[in-house]
Amino acid sequence: MIFVWAFVVGGLMCVLAQLVMDWFRMTPGQVLVVFVVAGAVLGGLGIYGKLVDFAGAGASVPLPGFGYTMVEGIGQAVKQKGALGLFTGGLTAASGGIKAAVIFGLVAALIFKPKS
Amino acid sequence: MDSDKQQYQQMTQEMMPKRPVLRNAVIAFVVGGLICVVGQGVQGFFMHQGMTTKEASAPTAVVMIGLGALLTGLGWYDRIVKHSGMGGTLPITGFANSMVAPAMEFRTEGLVMGVGARLFTVAGPVLVYGMTAAMVVGALRWLITGVA
Repeated sequence: MIFVWAFVVGGLMCVLAQLVMDWFRMTPGQVLVVFVVAGAVLGGLGIYGKLVDFAGAGASVPLPGFGYTMVEGIGQAVKQKGALGLFTGGLTAASGGIKAAVIFGLVAALIFKPKS
Repeated sequence: MDSDKQQYQQMTQEMMPKRPVLRNAVIAFVVGGLICVVGQGVQGFFMHQGMTTKEASAPTAVVMIGLGALLTGLGWYDRIVKHSGMGGTLPITGFANSMVAPAMEFRTEGLVMGVGARLFTVAGPVLVYGMTAAMVVGALRWLITGVA
């Protein structure tokens, strides 16, 4: 059942992003920024966490999940380290994804040639 | 002057191609949903290895980003994005695509300002505003609830 909700919720999030892009005539980069910020805000309100529990990868794979992950990481780090956690928590939680993106991105850009 | 401006805006509005909003939305739904199903499968694999849902999300992100980078390198992901718009762009595989595609394209400008800088054409703003938003939200939640 989790696969069905992953499909529906993940799909709907992409529809919302597509509508935002079409209606407000935004570039893809602008939409991504809006959605990562939205994920952080909804994460802070406790809404996005419920969505992740409900839809699994349907909520954690789309980019708002990245904002949510950082807010959750900050929450945990603040509990342990206080104010320093505001600086360290977000990137600690997101480090796997960021490092993977840099390393895989660099390797792919060096190995492959652009197709026209 | 103002009426000129208005006329011009009206003219550009009319000349701009109409976006097929409904069609775009349907394709974005199907493609975005399918990518999330793949992500769910990857997460399921890690959970099968004994990880909890939370523990599995980081390695899932790593694998999905790797897939996105690989498919971009092969030239397939750009085709997915071309047809599905945000359906391909919003999932984390699309984030990888937004890094690899410009880095590959501008490799001729060198390893530093070509590949190194262009990797962050889109990822840079996403990280800047994502990190800022997460910190502001985290600080506000701490102040308001007393619990982070």
